[in-house]
Amino acid sequence: MKKYLILITMLTALILSGCSSSQDETLDIFNYGQYIDEELLVEFEEEFGVKVNYQEYPTPEDMYTKVKAGGTDYDLIITGEYMIERMISEDMLEKINFDNIPNYQYIDENFKNQAYDSNNEYSVPYFWGTLGIIYNTEIVEGNPDSWDLLWDENYSGQILMMDSQRDSLASALKKLGYSLNTTNESEIEDAKNLLIKQKPLVMAYIVDEALDMMIADEAAISLIWSGEAVAAMGENDKLNYYIPKEGSNIWIDAACIPKNADNKDLAEKFINFVTSKKNTLRNIDYVWYSTVHTEAEKEVEEFLYDNPAFNPSQEKIDKAEMFRDLGDNLKLYDDAWTEVIAH
Amino acid sequence: MNSKSKYLAYPYSIWMIIFILFPLFLIFLYSITLRNANEIKTITFTFENFAKFFNPIYINVLIRSISIAALSTIICLFIGYPVAYLLTRINEENKGLLILLFILPMWMNMLLRTYAWMTILGNTGLINSFLSFLNLPKINLLYNNNAVILGMVYNFLPFMVFPIYTALNKMDRSLIEAADDLGADSFTIFRKVIFPLSLPGVISGLVIVFMPAVSTFVIPRLLGGGKNILIGNLIEKLFLVTRDWNFGAALSMIILIIIFISIKILNVLNIDKESGISL
Amino acid sequence: MKNKVSKLYLSLVFLFLYAPIVVLVIYSFNDSKSRGTWGGFTFKWYLELFKDRDIKTALYYTVTIAITAALISTIVGTISAIGIYNMKTNRMNLFLNINYLPIINPDIVTGIALMILFLSANIKLGFSTMLLAHITFDIPYVILSVLPKLKQLDKNITEAALDLGATPFYSLRKIIIPQIKPGIITGFLIAFTLSIDDFVISFFTTGSGVTNLSIEIYSMARRGISPTINALSSLMLAVVLGLLLIINKRTTLQVKE
Repeated sequence: MKKYLILITMLTALILSGCSSSQDETLDIFNYGQYIDEELLVEFEEEFGVKVNYQEYPTPEDMYTKVKAGGTDYDLIITGEYMIERMISEDMLEKINFDNIPNYQYIDENFKNQAYDSNNEYSVPYFWGTLGIIYNTEIVEGNPDSWDLLWDENYSGQILMMDSQRDSLASALKKLGYSLNTTNESEIEDAKNLLIKQKPLVMAYIVDEALDMMIADEAAISLIWSGEAVAAMGENDKLNYYIPKEGSNIWIDAACIPKNADNKDLAEKFINFVTSKKNTLRNIDYVWYSTVHTEAEKEVEEFLYDNPAFNPSQEKIDKAEMFRDLGDNLKLYDDAWTEVIAH
Repeated sequence: MNSKSKYLAYPYSIWMIIFILFPLFLIFLYSITLRNANEIKTITFTFENFAKFFNPIYINVLIRSISIAALSTIICLFIGYPVAYLLTRINEENKGLLILLFILPMWMNMLLRTYAWMTILGNTGLINSFLSFLNLPKINLLYNNNAVILGMVYNFLPFMVFPIYTALNKMDRSLIEAADDLGADSFTIFRKVIFPLSLPGVISGLVIVFMPAVSTFVIPRLLGGGKNILIGNLIEKLFLVTRDWNFGAALSMIILIIIFISIKILNVLNIDKESGISL
Repeated sequence: MKNKVSKLYLSLVFLFLYAPIVVLVIYSFNDSKSRGTWGGFTFKWYLELFKDRDIKTALYYTVTIAITAALISTIVGTISAIGIYNMKTNRMNLFLNINYLPIINPDIVTGIALMILFLSANIKLGFSTMLLAHITFDIPYVILSVLPKLKQLDKNITEAALDLGATPFYSLRKIIIPQIKPGIITGFLIAFTLSIDDFVISFFTTGSGVTNLSIEIYSMARRGISPTINALSSLMLAVVLGLLLIINKRTTLQVKE
């Protein structure tokens, strides 16, 4: 009997010790995978005397599903612009008190007043980038410049596509010359069939794994975001990245605050903390994505600046499209994508 | 003691209603209603979600899941039965240790061990690096159905071995000796004495392996590269990404039905469901 | 000859079972991140492991939930098993059929069903929901382990005790429980093992930063190869091996007694 009493007491102590730590103010953050220098989280905890609960998600759709279903209490979400657009339209976000974010003045004007948050009320840009193709120069011949490379049978079994609905459908839509926001059913049908046709050539559908796989020479070609490409090229100099000539996707990720967040104030302070010039530079160092910060941009290292993945030409930027929220028409994409992966 | 003790189980019966029956009922509800039925007033009952399933693509996914699961189960049986048999024949001293050694991998995290196979099978993994070293061409070992089957067999083999081992262990040795004395050769002894007596264990093994094999989503996700998804992956996607809970619920019901049918079929060959687990 | 073939076969199977584990351990000492090349011997991944917040948090939750869930389900399961044992056959069968549902149901259906339950009731997903989920799938296994032992009980002894004036509670404590103790312990161990290793059900019923080792590994595996995972598995192996040796020693001691 005594043994059991001791055991139970120890257990209770163990459990209680876990509970008491939740009495500090806690900031719950939901972010893309591999998207912040985690040292910054520790520093924020120390500077503000709070705890940070940091969680990651693979794609905005995963994030949206979790938040929409309820049962979560994130204070801060960093996600793609089209998802923010949708959350605004569904009244899922709080308006931000910009008095708490003086660093907002350093965010490049080019990233403000965008269609997804036209009055700049709900979000603060975080990083931006493009969607493109990375390939291994030792395996792939010539100078590819088109979406066609992802459908090239010469590299069958060595191509990686994304397990991300909008991105993969975008590559097919763009290859066919359509808008990546189209709601035209036959265009979506065409893109779906193109992706199904591509399936035998695809090695795997992944999200964050692309980075490591390209660095390790596991695959020859991959659909990829610019930041990952920069990071990969940094570790494997056989790699090269390009934005296809048919036009691609340009995106902005931003921070927003869900409705009824427990710690709105703290979230705003965090946004300000992370958008200081010093911390932005540190984040760039870890994440390798292109920055929205005017001051930080001036101090970005030269090798980054010279990298077209980090710093695409204006021509490419002009030709690129931003994702828009498709509202109820999203179902067309949902169904198309489900068919592609189930095939 | 007898008449009153049964009340001891009543608290748990309430638990079962809340946490076992009611959730299943909710899934059933979702499967027969439509997506936008957020308010009670607008619930429309429909079989549309099930009808959606009768699309060649989704039926394909189900067939793929069942065939891969069945194949993995059979492979487990062929590999596992001899193992179980041999384990019963080991002398008492080493028996316990060997059994524990057999169990040990199961105590290590399942995801970790599955993930380790990626290190072995990948293009730049152990096997292919070795092949390159010998200047041999690389083999595509990962991100296909074979890798998934390998993963399933690897993970579920112990579950096949244990029921068979238990059944064989309980077997009366004298029966074998008797058959031997009566002049039967080894093969006949196996066919007529050993195997039939171990059948309950075999059936348990088949069930215990087939069930998780047909519904798993981790193994195909990691080792299959998201290419030939199985029904578990489809359900996961529907609930977590596409947010089509109704269709996902319908698929869940279909899986449940399949599993119940499998168990009923195998039950015909007689499992004593109250015999439980005894080590 | 038969002996040699048998030994060879068993060795091959064991090799198959242990290959990935050995690989994990070896690579945990590899200085290079790459899976194809050996970069030299190092302990640095172990050091990184100790610094890794996510893994430490995951480990904490994994162990806490496993122990708590196993304890609660063992207690509830044992008591319920005794109750079930005393039921009339029809009711018992009904009870058992429902009880075994979580065992028969695929993990994914159980996990999703519980997730829907919690969300419909507007309960925030987190520690408590994960704990409730674990208890739900642990109890059936406890009952599964204890019930057979109850059936093996010699009814005469309990009746004799009652005749001699023992209260039902006394007979429970001193007679029934000691006899079914192996079943209770087995039930606890099974519940504990299942909870420690669970992925799918936890995946769907947790939130708010509560994670367990399996979920953590899943997201790490999707993110890319970090040898800290290998270091983690070596340590796990060491712990498990240690437990195994202790158990083996104790059972051989018991056999000798």
